[in-house]
Amino acid sequence: MVSLYRIAHARTGDKGNRANIGLWPYHGDAYPFLAEQVTADHVLRHFRHKGATACVRYDLAKLQGFNFVIDDVLEGGVNGALNLDGHGKTLAFHLLTLEVDVPEGLVMGLQGGDVLA
Amino acid sequence: MTTVFIGSGAGFAGDRQDAARPVVRTLAKCQGPRFLIFEVMAERTLAAAQLQRRQDPSAGSSPYLEAYLGPVLGEARRAGVRIVTNAGVANPRAAASRVRALADAAGLDGLRIATVTGDDLLDAVGEANLRALEVMEGIEMPEAPLIAANAYLGAEPIVDALDRGAEVVLTGRTTDVALTLGPLRHVHGWAADDWHHLAAGTLAGHLIECGAQVSGGYFTDPGMKDVPHLADVGFPIAEVDGEGTIIVTKAEATGGLVSVRTVKEQLLYEVHDPSAYLNADCVLDLTDVEVAEQAPDRVRVTGARGYEAPDRLKATLCFEGGFLAEGAISYAGPGALGRARLARDILLSRGRRLAGNAPMRADIIGVASVLDGDGGGLAQGLEPPAMGDYRVRFAARVDDRRLAQRLADEVLSLYCSGPAGGGGVRQSVVPQIRTCSVLVPRDWVRPLVELV
Repeated sequence: MVSLYRIAHARTGDKGNRANIGLWPYHGDAYPFLAEQVTADHVLRHFRHKGATACVRYDLAKLQGFNFVIDDVLEGGVNGALNLDGHGKTLAFHLLTLEVDVPEGLVMGLQGGDVLA
Repeated sequence: MTTVFIGSGAGFAGDRQDAARPVVRTLAKCQGPRFLIFEVMAERTLAAAQLQRRQDPSAGSSPYLEAYLGPVLGEARRAGVRIVTNAGVANPRAAASRVRALADAAGLDGLRIATVTGDDLLDAVGEANLRALEVMEGIEMPEAPLIAANAYLGAEPIVDALDRGAEVVLTGRTTDVALTLGPLRHVHGWAADDWHHLAAGTLAGHLIECGAQVSGGYFTDPGMKDVPHLADVGFPIAEVDGEGTIIVTKAEATGGLVSVRTVKEQLLYEVHDPSAYLNADCVLDLTDVEVAEQAPDRVRVTGARGYEAPDRLKATLCFEGGFLAEGAISYAGPGALGRARLARDILLSRGRRLAGNAPMRADIIGVASVLDGDGGGLAQGLEPPAMGDYRVRFAARVDDRRLAQRLADEVLSLYCSGPAGGGGVRQSVVPQIRTCSVLVPRDWVRPLVELV
């Protein structure tokens, strides 16, 4: 298992009590197996402790990225949350702590150094 | 074919005040119509500004107007760079007086300044009509007093102001992308129902409206996503031709980076369904967008598709939201974790005694804070070192200001009555606003453009 952080980068945006996280693999080779493994359900479970109630994933096949829209994860949003980070700016890096299986035989440079064979 | 150059001088209320100068210097060398935008409004700013304007008719525009425009107004005018900004906030006419004073002090005679008003719905349709609307985004509509209600105007009034020769356009609430789309429609003559071109202009605006977020800011991660000289990150410039091809670049002789990755991250920022990004001027579809590096710090963006604009406009309603009480105290060295946990438990139990079921939480920074939920579920699964450098942070929201102060003071009293070695207390009590978004009929909103 490899941390998503080594494979993709991400950014949070907020609107009201809803956050979106754009997820972009560093290499196009990762797009198909991320599409298989980083499901909306998986991401919803990852943010349950923050009060997330729903998650939708939108796929941008041409640009090879994903947009996760997560409801209620901001616990009130920038004007209502008690959390220090009411915008949810830090949450993209929580998404990147998910672990994924890199398919056998796929040789891909991992961001930050190693090469996985 | 004419290319329009639009630079960003600020991407939010609180952005750098020295960012615009390199942008203006770069724009001065470009061949074509040139514009500088400042996006400096936030919901919180707007609500506070509305309250100020009701008490004082000359108040309510951006407190940072001089800080942003002052350093560049003369140079921009000499270079033919026209300025479009929402620094009018709740009072664009007052902002115009302040820009006039700046121009007079700099000896800029005859500067043509335009104001855009008409976004204020409390004035236009009254509270009862607004409270009857269904909430689209944000909290349920509370019973608390309604402070402000503003519609997001589209690009049309900005186009009008520029068509009439304005060199500085001061708006209240508009969509952020209108600051960019307005100049593009003014120069390229795109019609109000030319959806694909409006979509391209909307996309250009979306990419640069948050300033450095497309040029290395909110992106850099050392060792993973490296960016040179972030301390002097260059703010972006969009070059857009009449067909809607966008080049994103940045001010010369600055730090930062414009790359396929920086552009892609910003592309989805605050977007929900990428095939239907709703705006006042059109619906933007990002499905077939292509992003390609043309040269270092030059990225070409094409393929935006547009559809007919929604028949209603988005508006944000701001309500009084009580007071946020916060306090924090540090524990360090041997046994710090145990002392921090005891402090957290004391704050929560005494807080509950004072404020009952009011929203309340306490974190231990260094264990889990921003990533944790109000229930502390993430921290429960962690066993960090007993020795460390931990900070307990307490937060609660209540309607009564004195109660909020008492809650914040519970953190202060830990100095003498709490666990050993607690230091560095900071507290604050800040009035809150609550916001929700609604959709309003377009005929409720009558934008007014005036040259002053």
